[in-house]
Parts: sequence; C-alpha cells; structure tokens
Amino acid sequence: MQDTTIPGTTLFDGAAASRGLALNAMCFSFNEAANRDAFRADEEAYCAKFHLTPQQREAVARRDVPGMIAAGGNIYYLAKLAGIFGLTVQDVGAMQTGMSVEQFRQFLLDQALPKQAEA
Amino acid sequence: MAKIVGAYFTSHVPAIGKAIHRGEQQTPYWKPFFDGYTKVHAWLAQVKPDVAVVFNNDHGLNFFLDAMPTFAVGAAAEYHNDDEGWGLPLYKSFTGHPALSWYIIEQLIADEFDITTCQSMKVDHALSIPFELAWPGAEAWPVKLVPFALNTVQHPLPSAKRCLALGRSVHRALQSWQGAERIVIIGTGGLSHQLDGERSGFMNPSYDRFCLDHLASDPDALTHDSIHEIVRKAGTQGVEILNWIAARGALGPRAREIHRNYHLPISNTAAATLLLEGEEVSAMQA
Repeated sequence: MQDTTIPGTTLFDGAAASRGLALNAMCFSFNEAANRDAFRADEEAYCAKFHLTPQQREAVARRDVPGMIAAGGNIYYLAKLAGIFGLTVQDVGAMQTGMSVEQFRQFLLDQALPKQAEA
Repeated sequence: MAKIVGAYFTSHVPAIGKAIHRGEQQTPYWKPFFDGYTKVHAWLAQVKPDVAVVFNNDHGLNFFLDAMPTFAVGAAAEYHNDDEGWGLPLYKSFTGHPALSWYIIEQLIADEFDITTCQSMKVDHALSIPFELAWPGAEAWPVKLVPFALNTVQHPLPSAKRCLALGRSVHRALQSWQGAERIVIIGTGGLSHQLDGERSGFMNPSYDRFCLDHLASDPDALTHDSIHEIVRKAGTQGVEILNWIAARGALGPRAREIHRNYHLPISNTAAATLLLEGEEVSAMQA
C-alpha cells in the first residue's frame, strides 16, 4: 500500500467528505446572500437547521478553521464561511500554521526569494 | 475544417478578479503577474479564436458534494456566473456551443470516458478570471464556450494519466469536427499552492518549473506521479495542474512554447501563464 501521509495535510477524501457533509452543506448554502444574512442574524439556529455535529458546531462557534477541517470541512466550502467572518485566505493560512497574519504574508513572499536569487 | 489555434494556460486565483475590479494591475504587487498577459493579448489578436474549450474546476458554485462528477462537460446554450459566497460583482456570461459540445461528448463516450453531461452549468472564477485576463475590458466574450469541469476537490481524483487521455480524446473530436471554427484550448488553475492544514502557504517552484518545462514537449512526464505524489509536490490545491494536463492533451500531439511567465506569490499561490502552439500552426509558420 502506498504511503499516503503528507505532513501538515489532510486529504479531502470520501471519509472526510462523509464526516463533513452537514458542515459543507451549510457552507454551500452561503452562495446565497439571504442565507449569509440568516446565519449572521441567528448563527445557532442556522447551524441547527443544517444539523451540524457538536464538533462542527463548536469549531464554527470558535472560528476554528483547523477544527472545521478536522470535522470534515472542505477548504473551498469553508472559504465561504470565512468570508462571512471577514477572514481572508491569508488570515485562514495564519490560523492554520500558527503564524501571525503578518508572518504568514511574509512566509508567502519569502518563497519568491530563491527565484530572484537565480535571476 | 476547424482549426486548433493553440492553448492558453493561466492561474485563476480569486484575488486576481479583485485586483482587476480595483484596477490594481500596475501596482508593485500585481505588475509582474499582469505583465505576463501582454503577449497573450497580442497572440489572441493574431490567432482570433472563436471557440474556447476550457478545462477548469468548480469551487462549490455549480457542484456540491452530494453529486460530484469526475469529468463534467457543459452542453448548454449559455453559462452564467453567480454569487460564490463572497458577494463579489458577477462576471459576464458566456455563449455556449451545444453542437460542438455534443460532438465532443460523442467522441468521449466512444473512447469509453464515462462523463457527466450538463445542459446547465454555472461557471465560477476559475473560468471567468482566465477570460478577464485574456480579453480585458471586452463588452462580450469574442468566443463561444465548451467548458469541462474536472474534480480536483474530492478525492479520489482522476489520475494525471487519465486527464491527459481525456484531453487527447477531445483532440480527436476537434480534429474531425467539420465546422469552420478557430478553437483555442484553455487550461486554468495552479500552479503549486495549499490553502488547508498546517502546510498552508506551501508552494514549490522546482515542481512548477518541471511542469512548465515538460508540458509542451513531454506531457506524459507529468503523468508519472500519483495524485498523492502530486499533492505532496504541488500542494492540496496544486492538483489543479490536472486541468492543464487535460488541456495539453486537447491541443494535440506536438506543441511549441511561445510564451511563459511565472511569478509567486499571487495571494497564496505560485502563478503561471503559458502559451503553446500546436503542430498545425507551427507547420504553417515553418
């Protein structure tokens, strides 16, 4: 059997998709502005309507993106929820890597340095 | 007879759309990226395509995880963008080419690809941004659209080998299509990036260079890695390279690189722009 472990990485496979269905379904609903408003108006009721698991509900309440991923959230769908929270992809990157947002942005920029050194 | 004028490959990061909307193309952050498109504009003005066959991936606008096709082919008369969850301004709609879509679908099924056919398909930033980059300021798109959506979201994903074979089947269809259209192939996404997990922010210029160096001359070299190996090298979202691989197959057996730009970071992504000419065009110029 091939080693499928990739450090710092959770593959969104069938098991994750199955575990995360309710959370991702809620996030998918946020494509509609009215649903985003409904979530903002009563987060508890909105999460209940989508039958989030206690683990998912807690991760959402804590704005805990790694927790949402552990609960089966897919990043493309979670991004819609992060948008409601006013988080950018750099904010989300910082939350997951334990860096400050400034450190994370610098980490992205620093990866360009080897290319410039070659030029 | 129809003619494949070449292939255009580009990243499709949502932030690019924001930068276009705000007119930030010449700011220090964005200029090195947008400068990569000047040659694309000139090339498109020269080759004048009137149909685009586009390989991209849906980000949770059209498909949900309740029914996730591995390969979906659009066969609609028109395609619309919609709110992707961020309340951003909507992108322009596209005119489809259902007759060509169905012709390609016939070939794919004949070649034993079990695809999903879509008479209705919303398109997200992965398709709109490449068009905004290619034809900035256009009132309406100058090309009709045949869109492919590849599953790069929910594992198991199709292998790189299978994506290349899919593209090659599309090429067979385009070769025998009796219309007079000038067709451009478009592959969107990537290159290396990872948005989720502790490895967020991961990029890999050496793998990106490998892909860029081999795409024209030896696309099969990109198919030797398993999906897990591609994730390891390119990041969880770097698997969007599958769109490029399928598009390369659709271009045809031989290709010549005529333009390349590579820049990182754009948002959290290593971004690339590439133009390839196929054998027909190369032969004409020889």
